[in-house]
Amino acid sequence: MNTSHFFVTGDPMIYGADVSIVLVTIAIIFYLSYFKKWGWLWREWITTVDHKRIGIMYLLASLLMLFRGGVDAILMRLQLAVPNSHFLASEHYNEIFTTHGTIMILFMAMPFMFALFNMVVPLQIGARDVAYPFLNAVSFWLFFIGAMLFNISFVIGGSASAGWLSYPPLSESQFSPGPGQNFWIWGIQISGIGSLATGINFIVTILKMRTPSMRLRDMPLFTWSVLSSSIAILGAFPILTVSLVMLTIDRLFGGHFFTMDGGGNPMMWVNLIWMWGHPEVYIVVLPAFGVFSEVVANFSKKRIFGYGSMVFSMIAISVVSYFTWVHHFFTMGAGADVNIVFAICTMIIAIPTGVKIFNWIFTMYRGRITVTQPLLWFYAFVPTFLVGGATGVMLAAAPADYQYHNSYFLIAHFHQVLIGGVVFGYLAGLYYWWPKLFGFKLNERLGKWAFWLWQIGFYVCFMPQYALGFMGMTRRIYTYNATMGWDMGWAPLNFISTVGAFLMGIGFIFQAWQIIYSIKHGERDVTGDAWDGRTLEWSIPSPPPVYNFAILPDVKGRDSWWYQKQEMKNGTYQEQPVKYEPIHMPKNSGIPFIMSGFWFVAGFGFTFEWMWMGVVGLIGVVLTLFARSFQYDTDYYISVEEIERTEKALAQKRYASVQRTAN
Amino acid sequence: MSKGIQFAKFSFLALLGMVLLSGCDNSKYIVLDPKGPVGQQELHLIIISVILCAIVIIPVLAIFVYFAIRYRDKQGNNAPYQPEWDDSKVLEVVWWGIPIVIIAVLGVFTAKTTLALTKPPVKDVKPVVVQVTSMDWKWMFTYPDKKVATVNYAEIPAGVPVQFILTSDAPMNSFWVPQLGGQEYTMPGMSMGLWLQADKTGTYFGSGANFTGKGFAHMQFKVKAVTQDEFNKWADGVKKNSPALTKAGYDKLAKPSLVKELSYSSYPNGLFESIVDKNGGKYYHHMSNMGDSKSMSDMSGMDMKKHDN
Ligand code: HEM
Ligand SMILES: [Cu+2]
Ligand SMILES: [Cu+2]
Repeated sequence: MNTSHFFVTGDPMIYGADVSIVLVTIAIIFYLSYFKKWGWLWREWITTVDHKRIGIMYLLASLLMLFRGGVDAILMRLQLAVPNSHFLASEHYNEIFTTHGTIMILFMAMPFMFALFNMVVPLQIGARDVAYPFLNAVSFWLFFIGAMLFNISFVIGGSASAGWLSYPPLSESQFSPGPGQNFWIWGIQISGIGSLATGINFIVTILKMRTPSMRLRDMPLFTWSVLSSSIAILGAFPILTVSLVMLTIDRLFGGHFFTMDGGGNPMMWVNLIWMWGHPEVYIVVLPAFGVFSEVVANFSKKRIFGYGSMVFSMIAISVVSYFTWVHHFFTMGAGADVNIVFAICTMIIAIPTGVKIFNWIFTMYRGRITVTQPLLWFYAFVPTFLVGGATGVMLAAAPADYQYHNSYFLIAHFHQVLIGGVVFGYLAGLYYWWPKLFGFKLNERLGKWAFWLWQIGFYVCFMPQYALGFMGMTRRIYTYNATMGWDMGWAPLNFISTVGAFLMGIGFIFQAWQIIYSIKHGERDVTGDAWDGRTLEWSIPSPPPVYNFAILPDVKGRDSWWYQKQEMKNGTYQEQPVKYEPIHMPKNSGIPFIMSGFWFVAGFGFTFEWMWMGVVGLIGVVLTLFARSFQYDTDYYISVEEIERTEKALAQKRYASVQRTAN
Repeated sequence: MSKGIQFAKFSFLALLGMVLLSGCDNSKYIVLDPKGPVGQQELHLIIISVILCAIVIIPVLAIFVYFAIRYRDKQGNNAPYQPEWDDSKVLEVVWWGIPIVIIAVLGVFTAKTTLALTKPPVKDVKPVVVQVTSMDWKWMFTYPDKKVATVNYAEIPAGVPVQFILTSDAPMNSFWVPQLGGQEYTMPGMSMGLWLQADKTGTYFGSGANFTGKGFAHMQFKVKAVTQDEFNKWADGVKKNSPALTKAGYDKLAKPSLVKELSYSSYPNGLFESIVDKNGGKYYHHMSNMGDSKSMSDMSGMDMKKHDN
């Protein structure tokens, strides 16, 4: 392989990126050395197996990726704002939209989702950890390393430019030579393995680690949503892994799975990638549904309406989502009968989705609604998702899709559901559970600014794109000429859409500011129950101690913390005598990090087709696994005295603050 | 803060107004302004789906807004509060039921239209065949009946069903002429059929819809629908005045490049079939969505059985 372009050259923006990467790296290294933080970083974070910390690391990484993906989006919108723009050259534009799509789905939405899984699920089910804490750390570091590998492609070697789904033959070595496409494959492959492991981990966690008194039908809906999403991961991600291996064989070893010229077939890739890709969109949206279920019930001060049909519809969605993938290529000529079947299956998905919306709305009925930041995002979600779902049903009408497919109408649809559903949902979750993890709330005023900027920006950006679809504008064009811009009417709408993108960008800046500001000035919460919550996570202090629950909670049905509080108020609550027992916990380990480092070496080697390096990396991976299997001293017990000490300190902190507010 | 929100609301309305105004000229919405029976049927389905969705969305939105206001926790709000009310079989039956009915109705329309579009839009006129090849980054049209070829524009007779037969000599693309009807993929090694028809003469915008790399954005072309007479005259003119497309000429054309509109008085025999075979068609017999392709092969130069090995 020609590596004369190892460092990407020739574009001032890339040089800018080079410089800023170097500067940020130096700054971080300086900071850590000057304040002697290396040991702390290693002990407290890099080697941690605590699900709460892993959740926080996922969150940080995904916010970073949201920033990166957002910058990409704004660059693209800038390029399209006016006809005949020369801001980005074609190849650069193609690299950017490929990166944008890949990052947003795989390196922003997925880790954000895993952040919520990790931050919330064990606390909601009264568990002290996830089922496989070590594997959990491995998953995180695989995701992180995969994301980094994918990210450096911009400055080293060049990025993929065949789209986030990389249809062959365009993504085969004949049309996409060079390391870019390999970066895409290996970045996703490595992080994908981590995602699969997380899915397994949370299925087992939910099924096996619940506090003994919690039956499945007592589980909060967020936990249910995580379970259904994880089951979908279990089905979908192996397909992705295998497809990527097949593409690797095509590219690296001259295989012909997806090229016709050896008897392969590109249509096979399109089918495979959507057999993963369609469930994937539901994988990311189900947990958002879970968040909304918690948020709307909590802030309406009511039980969720129709719990049973909520659970049923989530399971239905995760099952039916496997029978819709062909709607992504109705126009590939599978035939009328196939199109009809998949059109109807797709529409069927809209039914349980619609039912959920009804149930949320009727949760508000006869409630007492307080409009807080998490609820605001729920309010924003309802209309957006109604419209997004409706345009989805429109797309599902196969012959009509012949007109929408690959047009800006499609772009508008999936952003409507992905931003309006997934991003709004995760943000609602972030605002909701932030005080649990960090012990303070995020500032309301800045949050409201961010919220409105996002809302307005969202509609200004995407509504015109529906119209652009009807005007015949196709996706992924890096430029359009004056005729199309003015005579066909594309230019004004594109310009407006760009304005909207900027508004959302400013909204994001407000959120970053909000977080930084609130670290210092945010409203502290020492009650552990910042929102007067209903579920178990609110029954313990914020932030929770390492072991979460000193004593495994005893639940009597759904919303048990809510009812316990009521009993406490009425004086009917019977305090159980406290008797601590030593708590069994996993020990920290550096192996997940080191192993992922070897994965990086392997991925980097295969990306540049330096087989020796790839093999060295893989050997390293095997050796670290080997080393792990000889570690016997992997757990420890927290003694009763220590638990007593911790609990007492936490209680005192709480008491002191109650005193303070009382005065 | 409330001032900020006021301002935000105002600017939102202003922008919304702009969007609506700039959309006043509805001839620009070419998908909604079809000029032939295929686009027309698709538009009908679009309208039906919009209406059906609106039946659900609008009341739901109204209820949502009403509840959000009615049950807000503020001083003096004496709306009933029933924290334990979480179940109603009647309501649940209603909202499982309504979407099911709506989807059933839409499903029937969808199925009908899907089947209808596999057949020529009108039965009593003899169809024309136009073969379409997408390349990096241009479109080639070959006319088996007239034995002429064009690049980056197509000419068709109005009022006549056209069977476009699609393939690709490059990564897969998608052939889309919104005012005539929806798109269909062009794939290397395969040939696929798409029925379109223009009822009115005119020049229609067409483009490649599926991303194919660097020059993709420039893959736009015109489809000129003219009367049958003019069509014949045009073909004769091309036969007389344009150069021939040789095998070597084709190979050069197929290399990645951008070109303007071109016409050729002839092209190598079986060019389209050889493109399909060269790209892997030899391994497959792939002719889905061809509708009644049998009647096609009787009357056109394109014999689908060729790929049957
Ligand atoms: C309410 C039910 C929904 C229906 C009926 C629906 C239907 C569809 C259909 C038919 C397409 C294919 C359109 C085309 O390529 O021409 C599509 C595309 C897409 N949808 Fe949805 N959808 C729904 C909800 C969702 C949700 C919840 C998400 C994500 C969280 C989502 C994300 C996407 C994405 C990412 C694409 C396009 C991807 C691409 O081609 O690059 N959709 N949807
Ligand atoms: Cu899908
Ligand atoms: Cu095909």
